[in-house]
Amino acid sequence: MDFADTQDETAFREKARSFLAENAENKANAKRTNGTGWNKDEALAAAQLWQAKKFDAGFAGLTMPTEYGGQGLSPIMQVIYHQEEADYVTPRGVYEIGLGMCIPTMFAYATEAQKQRFAKPALRGEEIWCQLFSEPAGGSDLAGLRTRAERDGNADDANWVINGQKIWTSGAQFSDYAILVARSDFDVPKHKGLTFFFLSMKSPGIEIRPIKQVSGAANFNEVYFTDVRIPDSQRLGAVGEGWKVSLTTLMNERFAVGIAPAPDFEEVFDLVRDTELEDGPALDNALVRDRLADWYVRQQGLRNAHFRTMTALSKGGTPGPESSINKVVSAVKYQDISFFGTDMQEMAGIITDPEIAAMDGLFQTGVLSSPGYRIAGGTDEILRNIIAERVLGLPQDVRLDKEGAFRDLPTGRD
Amino acid sequence: MNFEFNDDQRMLRDQARRFLLDKSPPAVVRETLETDQAYDKDLWRQFGEMGWLGAAIPEVYGGSGLGHLELCVIAEELGRALAPTPFASSIYLGAEALMTAGSEEQKQSYLPDIATGAAIWCLALSEGPRPATEKNITTSVSDGKLSGEKLPVADGDIADRAIVVAKDGAADGALAGLYIVDLNGAGVERTTVDSVDPTRSQARLVFRDAPAEKLGDEGWPLLERIQDRAAVLMAFEQVGGAEVAMEMAKEYAMGRYAFGRPIAGYQAIKHRLADMYIQTELARSNCYYGAWALSTDAAELAVAAATARVSATEAYHFASKENIQIHGGMGFTWEFNCHLYYRRSRNLALALGSQRRWKDRLIRALERRNAA
Ligand SMILES: Cc1cc2nc3c(=O)[nH]c(=O)nc-3n(C[C@H](O)[C@H](O)[C@H](O)COP(=O)(O)OP(=O)(O)OC[C@H]3O[C@@H](n4cnc5c(N)ncnc54)[C@H](O)[C@@H]3O)c2cc1C
Repeated sequence: MDFADTQDETAFREKARSFLAENAENKANAKRTNGTGWNKDEALAAAQLWQAKKFDAGFAGLTMPTEYGGQGLSPIMQVIYHQEEADYVTPRGVYEIGLGMCIPTMFAYATEAQKQRFAKPALRGEEIWCQLFSEPAGGSDLAGLRTRAERDGNADDANWVINGQKIWTSGAQFSDYAILVARSDFDVPKHKGLTFFFLSMKSPGIEIRPIKQVSGAANFNEVYFTDVRIPDSQRLGAVGEGWKVSLTTLMNERFAVGIAPAPDFEEVFDLVRDTELEDGPALDNALVRDRLADWYVRQQGLRNAHFRTMTALSKGGTPGPESSINKVVSAVKYQDISFFGTDMQEMAGIITDPEIAAMDGLFQTGVLSSPGYRIAGGTDEILRNIIAERVLGLPQDVRLDKEGAFRDLPTGRD
Repeated sequence: MNFEFNDDQRMLRDQARRFLLDKSPPAVVRETLETDQAYDKDLWRQFGEMGWLGAAIPEVYGGSGLGHLELCVIAEELGRALAPTPFASSIYLGAEALMTAGSEEQKQSYLPDIATGAAIWCLALSEGPRPATEKNITTSVSDGKLSGEKLPVADGDIADRAIVVAKDGAADGALAGLYIVDLNGAGVERTTVDSVDPTRSQARLVFRDAPAEKLGDEGWPLLERIQDRAAVLMAFEQVGGAEVAMEMAKEYAMGRYAFGRPIAGYQAIKHRLADMYIQTELARSNCYYGAWALSTDAAELAVAAATARVSATEAYHFASKENIQIHGGMGFTWEFNCHLYYRRSRNLALALGSQRRWKDRLIRALERRNAA
């Protein structure tokens, strides 16, 4: 058991370090950003610039194959890069879905020519992807989706026509491409009637309406489809096998979504060190110390569990459902730390104005953003079900939706 | 980076697990629970023969010289099996203290007997129901004679020697030091006291001018370093115990039917088991980091040890109490084994000081690291 880098790893770490030092701002010197959302043009431009820089310097798509513009490195190198990047302020979010979920799904199911066409622009940040999964009828119950995919004609390779609605689609407003799962057959059982596609978000018939979130930002959207045409060549997986393809995406999602953003332990520790309570420095307060310790051991537990997962990966394993732990623990920690951070500011904790609020309002932003993390990418409850069923092997919940035609299932809306 | 135990270590784990399933099943643990026997002598002798006691003790001092990672592997298995022996007292505390601070002569004269199991050691720190702090210690030493009272001392009734924390001189503000006292010698009176977990013995030790031999030059800082080492090892026991409690709860929930199906199918139960899994995995991961810090004497040891301990204490606490809950009435019977883990979890959580103090200690270590 050791943390010593191998020679290759040392070399890579040095390279990452100098790239970051030259191109990004160290957190120690930076003013904190407080989550203004993605809509600001500058934020998007900054993210694109950063992604292109990463690509040019050889730090994008670290574990993706070199023939598609990736670096073909082992997962350990990815960990090393993330470790180093954690000390710097870098734009995050815009590419996570595309590079974390959409492109890996393309790698698993797209043709060679499609992989050649789409991987590199995604890695360079020139094309942004989004994920058209959730619908008003169900997010947790994804397979309950009702967006309709119909063949345009009877030919075996006839193109498809899409009608329906998706919701909560992050980044749809500025995305170029998307992966989509839709229902191609309403007469077979629920999980057997789905088909998976990718498509251009500029396709005629797509209408995008932003949804304002609790945080005030509008990162996610409703997406409406009216007779949107998709060539059959953009189908991923067989007709009716969309559920299986979705699981590939979701597996990668659990791995990609990972750790919630700041404030984490470091930030709350900083805050506490600068806070004076009624009876002296906050750091001397026993209750404060107790909470700090709880968050530290959770944060470290996740970090160390990640090292274990990565060790397994570098020996040829695949990311298992264990990574669900990451999301469950870090999202709740994010929310709790945010609440506690506003508590530390007493009555003024209610103020969001970054000129007034401690640390530019980081904790207030957390209060308003953290609920979304407990929902996005699988809710706390669904992830616990996944751990219980797939890791521990416990029985599934009682299900009334496994048999019979999808169109006959109760929806509560009839 | 390689953040896993290697093949040899995993083989050792498998061997240890098989051995303990055979030699330390619940029936054996219950012998110690239900009789006056303080520990399982037979088991203890075999631990010595197999080289487990001396796993981290260098060969020159009679150990098997395997290393601390191997000792961690063994600790986890002892925790799973609830092995009723003074392993923690004698090895995690006694042997570690000697290896950390003993003079060459002390190591040569004491470690070989610890490695065979011929001698049992313990740590005498607490002086009753109040936090053991340097200020609170009243036991003192003058002219090489130690006097005072220690309570509770884990395995104090069966140990041959104790490392006693005592003040150098009776003056107010005197600093604490560590002393070795022969418990079979003059000036020592010991009585067994009842505890929540009778599978590990607890004693009251009264010293009246007992001859004492100094261990190491530092006092309290040395004690904390020894506790850090023991905390990592004990955390492995805690994780081992937590995992068994989780397995028991799972197995019972799968087989117990209510309202027409296994209770394991109800989310209130499923999610609790998922939480046990989450907590145990986090604790295990923190233990691995602790094991690394312990085996390499890393500067991070204080932080890593407190992190491992706090999360392992939490995981074991949760798994052992919810294991009883998931068993329903059966879980509350003497006959079912749930309470063995529940008892042990409380024992280990208190053995090196309360969760509250370890959290405080963790933050202290982080403050020090930040200041550096
Ligand atoms: C910030 C954000 C970004 C998102 N981005 C995207 C995106 O880019 N693309 C996309 O496709 N989707 C996206 N989503 C949607 C997200 O995946 C869904 O919101 C989520 O899966 C929950 O689905 P739902 O909203 O329909 O809630 P529901 O599924 O209706 O859940 C409501 C409540 O019921 C609980 N529940 C549901 N089923 C069960 C069950 N079987 N057992 C116990 N409890 C249950 C849930 O845990 C939850 O508490 C995003 C969501 C958020 C908040």
